[in-house]
Amino acid sequence: MGALDEQTLKGIKNKQKRQQLFAQLKHEHNKSRHKERSARAREERENPELKEKRLAENVPETIDSKRVYDETVNVDIEGEDNFDGYFKDGVEPKVLITTNANAKKSAYEFSAMMIEIIPNSQFVKRQRKYTIKDMADYCSNRDFTDLIIINEDKKVVNGITFVHLPEGPTFYFSITSLIERKKITGHGQPTGHVPELVLNNFTTRLGQSVARLFQSLFPHKPQFEGRQVVTLHNQRDFIFFRMHRYIFRNEEKVGLQELGPEFTLKLRRIQKGIRQDIDWEYKPELEKDKRKFYL
Amino acid sequence: MSDDLIWNVINKQFCSFQIKPHVSQNNQSFCRNEYNVTGLCDRRSCPLANAQYATVKQVDGKLYLYIKTVERSHTPRNLWQRIRLSKEYAKALKQIDEHLMYWTEFNINKCKQRFTRLKQVQITERRMALKEERGEVSERNYVGVKHKVKKREEKRERKALAAARIEKAIEKELLDRLKSGAYGDKPLNVDDKIWKKVLGKMEDKNTEEELEDEMDSEDDVQLDSEDEDEDEDEGQIEYVEGDEDEEDEMVDMEDLEKWLGQDSDASDDSESEEEEDDDNEEEDDQDKKSAKKPTQQKGKKIKGRRPRLEIEYEEEPLTNIAAS
Repeated sequence: MGALDEQTLKGIKNKQKRQQLFAQLKHEHNKSRHKERSARAREERENPELKEKRLAENVPETIDSKRVYDETVNVDIEGEDNFDGYFKDGVEPKVLITTNANAKKSAYEFSAMMIEIIPNSQFVKRQRKYTIKDMADYCSNRDFTDLIIINEDKKVVNGITFVHLPEGPTFYFSITSLIERKKITGHGQPTGHVPELVLNNFTTRLGQSVARLFQSLFPHKPQFEGRQVVTLHNQRDFIFFRMHRYIFRNEEKVGLQELGPEFTLKLRRIQKGIRQDIDWEYKPELEKDKRKFYL
Repeated sequence: MSDDLIWNVINKQFCSFQIKPHVSQNNQSFCRNEYNVTGLCDRRSCPLANAQYATVKQVDGKLYLYIKTVERSHTPRNLWQRIRLSKEYAKALKQIDEHLMYWTEFNINKCKQRFTRLKQVQITERRMALKEERGEVSERNYVGVKHKVKKREEKRERKALAAARIEKAIEKELLDRLKSGAYGDKPLNVDDKIWKKVLGKMEDKNTEEELEDEMDSEDDVQLDSEDEDEDEDEGQIEYVEGDEDEEDEMVDMEDLEKWLGQDSDASDDSESEEEEDDDNEEEDDQDKKSAKKPTQQKGKKIKGRRPRLEIEYEEEPLTNIAAS
C-alpha cells in the first residue's frame, strides 16, 4: 500500500466505506505478494543456487547474533574442576534422586520420570530430619557421584538441585513449562537403553561447566541400539530438555519421535562445595540487557 | 455524626483506608483499618460508619475483644472497650457470645471467625518458633519474584523456544555425528544401506582432505563431539563393584540405612548384606530374613511418632538398636 492510498483512505469519512476500501487494498497487496513468492519459488526450483545465494544474503538479525561479547565463549577449560573424576578418571556415574521434605504427588511423579531418564539412578524418599549436607555425606560414603533433589512448591515442581559428590559444586535450576509424557501427542515409550546426549550451545565458561554437569550424569558409553537421545539445548540462557527416539531415514534426513517429558531449566545459582559459598547467582538485574547471555 | 452520613462520604467520596484492587471479582474493595473485622469495605463491616461495632485484635501476642457502643461515642478516649479473651478456644467463644449478647448475628459470627483465624496464626507461629529452637531450619531458599520479572521471563522463554528450533538442531547434530563416524565402524543405530552410502562419502571426503593437506581443520570445537572423542579414546572402562571393606565409615553407613530404611526392595537387598556383617559379631545363627528385620525396625522406629508401630515390634529383642 502506497502513501497515497492511505491518504485517500483517511479522507473518507464513512467508516464502512473506509473499511471496505482498506480490505480491498489489503487483498490486492497480498495477491501481488503471493504471486511474487510463487514466481521466485519457481525460479529457485530450476536453479537452486539462487536460493542458496538469497538465504546467504538474507540472514535475519536476532538477539543471538547481536549477543554482547563474552570473553569466555569457546575457550577451552583450563585447570582442574570437580568433574575430573568423570572426565579424566572415567568414574561411572551413580545417581541418587530425592525430593524436598513433605513433597506432594507431582514431585514423586517427576522423580519417577528422572529415574527413567538417568541410567543407574535410584530414588529414596526424603526424610525431614536429614539436611542436604547430611544426605550428601551419606551418599558420597556410598560412592554416589551425584545427588538430585527435586523441589516442589504448591503441588508444582519448580526447581531441581544437582549436587556433584563428593566435593560439590551445587547447581540449582528452576523448572518451568513441564509437559508430561502422556500430554505429548504421538509420544513413544522409552526403552531402558542408555541414551545419547546432545548438549547444544553451551559456550561460555559457565555454560561449559553446566554442560559438564549434565554430561557427568550419564554413563560414558551410550547404547546406540536404543536410538534414544536426550537433548539439553541452551538458547538465551533457557535450557530446553527433550528426549527423542531417532532413525536415520537416509543420509540427509532424520526422523524423530518424542519420548517426553519436556521441560525448561534456568540456572539460578551455583554454589561451591555442598551449598556453601555462592559462585554465581541469577538476579533480575543481570537480564536488563536483552542481548547479554551467561551460558 | 450519623452513621449514614459517614458511610455516604466513605462510599461515594473518599476513604483513606480503602484499597481498590486492580483486578477483582465483583468490584470488591478492601479496608486497611486495623479495627475492621472482615477486611472488606462495605456498610456492615466498616468500623467508622458503625457506632455499634465489635472486633478481635491481637496486641502483644494476646487476643482481645474490642467493643464500641453509641453511649461512649462522645468520648473518643474511652471509645473502645476491650476484653481479654481466654487462651482456651471454647471458653473464648463463650466470652464473645456473652459480651455480644443481643447483637446482630453478623457481628457475633465475624468476631468468632476473626478470633479463629488469629488463633490459627498464633499456633503456626509457635510451631515455627519451636522448630527453629530444635534446630530444624528449613533448607528452602525463598526468593521474591516480581510479577514484572516473571512475565518477562515467560515471554523470553517463549521467544527462545521459537528461536531454538530444537528438532532441527538435534537432527543436525545427529547427522554430524553419523558423518563424522562417532558411532564407530559398525553402528547399531543405522540401517546398513544408509551406512554404506555415508561411508562412501566419508572416504571421498578423507581423500580430498588428504590432498588438501588438511588445510581446514574443523574449527567447531563443540563440547559434545569432543566428549565423544574422549569416550572413544578411553575405550576400556571397567565396571567395578563398590568397596566391600567399609568398616571405617560404618557409623555414617548406618545412618544412611536408617534413612534408606523405608526404601524400595532393591536398595534393601544391597543393604542386607552389609547388615549381616554387623550381626555376625553378635548373633551368628541369624539367617538372611532375620537380618533384614532389624533394618526395617530401625526405619520404622524413627518414623514412628505413633505409639502403634512400637507396640507391634515389642516382641523382638532390641539388642541391635542398642548396638547401633
